[in-house]
Amino acid sequence: MVEMFFSYFALVSIAAGVLTVALRHPVHCALSLLVLLMHVSGLFILLNAEFLWAVQVIVYVGAILVLYLFVLMLMNLKTDERYFHSSARYILGPAVLGASYVLYLLLRSPFSGAKGDTSATAVLQDGDTYAVGIKMFSDHLLQFEIVGIFLLGAIIGAIVLAKTPKPLDAKRERL
Amino acid sequence: MIPLSAYTAVSAVLFMTGLLGVLVRRNFIIVLMSVEIMMNAANINLVAFSHYLESMAGQLVALFIIAIAAGEAAVGLAIIIVVFRGKISTNVDEMNLLKW
Repeated sequence: MVEMFFSYFALVSIAAGVLTVALRHPVHCALSLLVLLMHVSGLFILLNAEFLWAVQVIVYVGAILVLYLFVLMLMNLKTDERYFHSSARYILGPAVLGASYVLYLLLRSPFSGAKGDTSATAVLQDGDTYAVGIKMFSDHLLQFEIVGIFLLGAIIGAIVLAKTPKPLDAKRERL
Repeated sequence: MIPLSAYTAVSAVLFMTGLLGVLVRRNFIIVLMSVEIMMNAANINLVAFSHYLESMAGQLVALFIIAIAAGEAAVGLAIIIVVFRGKISTNVDEMNLLKW
């Protein structure tokens, strides 16, 4: 059962990723990105990360993707006939070769290492949200604050960038 | 039980797709979307390792990545709006205003 769900989520997310890169119309690309994000959140459920699933759906799908779609529809872009970069055909071959080599290495390696302190049963007992919260507000408090400052800076930067520029003063322009 | 390498393989394929999108697409918005695909691939990797190595740190880093992706999308789309307002094409190979 779990294998079936995993293969469904994995295959659909890879197909949606390929469509996001390959489709021509930007709105279609954004919609297949939506499919990709939802199926990646399904993979998070299989990994016992319910809190991350909720954050993925709310933040990624509900905020970031809507922002993308909003800008796309605001600008009403026309797609050119040539929507790939002119050097695309030189990149494709080496990329596929490198990707298959990396895949070969990944599928061979056992990935065993030192285990941490949060076992799966401990996560399931109190819930993932509890475990994430305890960890975040004890060991990773500084990173949490830094992300808050970063988001504040990003908001200010976006407002400053997207503001309509003031027309230049004619007197000052002559100097 | 699904092996960990299956998750890493999915994340590697998604990351390569995103990288290819950054390299070959001309539309700047699609390039930003491909960056989001790459961030999602990294998130899958982090959460999978966090589950299999029984540590919470991976999920926390994935949360921070989602927050940073939100900031990156806001600033990137603001830059696109500025570029579009200046009547410059949003194709990445025609944006050369700052080229010396």
